[in-house]
Amino acid sequence: MKMDRREFLRIAGLAGLGLGIGTGASGWILSRGIEASEFIPSPNALTAKRWAMVVVLSKFKTEEDYKRVIDACHRFHNVPDIGNPKDEVKWIWTDTYEHVFVGQENEYLPEEFKERPFPLLCNHCTKAPCVRVCPTKATFKRKDGITMQDYHRCIGCRFCMAACPYGARSFNWRDPRPFIKETNPSYPTRTKGVVEKCTYCVELLENGEMPKCVQASKGGLIFGDLMDPNSEVRKVLSENFSMRRKAEMGTGPSVFYIIGGGEEDV
Amino acid sequence: MFEKALVGGRRYWTLVAVLLAIIGIGFLVYLKQLSYGLGITGMSRDVSWGFYISQFTFLVGVAASAVMLVIPYYLHNYKKFSRIVILGEFLAVSAVTMCILFIFVDMGQPMRIMNVILHPTPNSILFWDSVVLTGYLLLNIIIGWTTLQAEWKETAPPKWVKPLIYLSIPWAISIHTVTAFIYAGLPGRHFWLTAIMAARFLASAFASGPALLILLALILRKYTTFDPGREPILAVSKIVAYAMVTNVFFFLLEVFTAGYSQVPGHLASFEYLFFGLEGHGRLVPLMWISILLAIVAIFLLVVPATRRNETTLKVACIAVFISLWIDKGFGLVIGGFIPNPLERVFEYWPTLPEFIISLAVWATGFLILTILYKIVISVRESIGPGEPAH
Repeated sequence: MKMDRREFLRIAGLAGLGLGIGTGASGWILSRGIEASEFIPSPNALTAKRWAMVVVLSKFKTEEDYKRVIDACHRFHNVPDIGNPKDEVKWIWTDTYEHVFVGQENEYLPEEFKERPFPLLCNHCTKAPCVRVCPTKATFKRKDGITMQDYHRCIGCRFCMAACPYGARSFNWRDPRPFIKETNPSYPTRTKGVVEKCTYCVELLENGEMPKCVQASKGGLIFGDLMDPNSEVRKVLSENFSMRRKAEMGTGPSVFYIIGGGEEDV
Repeated sequence: MFEKALVGGRRYWTLVAVLLAIIGIGFLVYLKQLSYGLGITGMSRDVSWGFYISQFTFLVGVAASAVMLVIPYYLHNYKKFSRIVILGEFLAVSAVTMCILFIFVDMGQPMRIMNVILHPTPNSILFWDSVVLTGYLLLNIIIGWTTLQAEWKETAPPKWVKPLIYLSIPWAISIHTVTAFIYAGLPGRHFWLTAIMAARFLASAFASGPALLILLALILRKYTTFDPGREPILAVSKIVAYAMVTNVFFFLLEVFTAGYSQVPGHLASFEYLFFGLEGHGRLVPLMWISILLAIVAIFLLVVPATRRNETTLKVACIAVFISLWIDKGFGLVIGGFIPNPLERVFEYWPTLPEFIISLAVWATGFLILTILYKIVISVRESIGPGEPAH
């Protein structure tokens, strides 16, 4: 092919322009940063500036009330029941007051109160220590305040488990699949060697559904936007005394406990 | 120069064969861990780091201790260290390799290790730890190899290596500081959340590393033509003495803060380690052995007569090494997890597979050390006695 000087310059100029536009565009995309949680939300999706949960303890009366909530979560998310505390995986579970509100033990509390189980789950902290320490960003913060876990990026170093002040994280010490009674095909099962925890049912929120535990709680768990002054969580928090676990750590936990009073209060 | 590692006597090859056998067995057990998962170890939801990470923590200290020979020799021109400074640098190479291997065997998804580089995360201390450890490994390989090569050719080492040697000094401090930061920055772990952690790590490193070096030098003298000389050994023993006393002092500062303030969170792990908590006290005997050995070691190291006597010095060095291995290679990491964040006590003990894999990692480090020291000795034998040219 023959090419004169003029044509060469023309082609070179066009190529240069193309290169410039390409570089500029990719530079703009990279500098902007791509969020793992970035997508076009479904029109029915429930959205919030900062999701939060309120536990209304008075609504948990019988063992069945706790079991229903835990089972709803664990069944939906394919959480295995391995049957020994060493390899245990749990997203939501219970413990008693002195273990839940560590450092606020009070031996003169009413007996029934000392024995009473409290539901526990990930606090989706504003300043989450697990997110801070993760060496691969496998644990990351969404814009709506949810602390997420990428099971495919996690290298299984378990730094996040050492960092979490709430013991909210579980590691798959072995293949969990044989220990799932009935696999739910709409949520992924995990592999051995990765960390997992509560996700505030982000995949349900996207379809306009409340988290499984909230649905199963019959009003014992209230879920909503902490930044919206008209939300139900804000309403109950403004009318009742509430507590958060280890708030003195500066982690900004987003799970609140309303522990006093009768049912009428809420 | 490496060809010198390929010729050796019966004793050398026996040692290499034994170490390779241990590594082989460990590798097979590791394959088992790879297929079953980390549940093969004693670790649990509550004690989520165990023997592997505590060995890593201890060995970072051994690696950093090379600087205790580099500073006197290169910064203060203390010529008597000329024959042993390379032992420190190659010990660092071996120790850092073990550190990296211990992190690797502790990973749940080891095939994803490159994610640390693919998704670099500067807010994670583990990211910085991988940076400083890799850097320190390279520095010591380059410095040790280049200076030994110069010695072999009986010339002065090239000029470009000097800045690297100076760089290796703060770098050695950095590896143990960053390792301490892994622990000292976690809000919910009272036992680790202490500003003196990095200082305590360094003090214990500068005692355990040089103590091991004295023992290694004396072993080399017994079985090879290598002679470290009496004076360098005495000088290093003083370093061990100062560092060990400093380490125990730092530990007592921790005990005071926890014990006098009586804040339950600060006290709990100490109680678990030294007296047992809620009827659980698996680590109690080990921790008291550590204390006892520390007392014996300090006595033998501080009294001039026993420090200068080679037999008692050996006992002191063994005591320092074991005491600090228990303290940092076991108690410090495990103790931080007990009680758990909900103040419940779940204990930990390594399983047999976990122990065999750890032993194989130690064997790998010792194999690297054996080969590197063999090269050093053969080079020295080939050039004959006398001070190196630089």
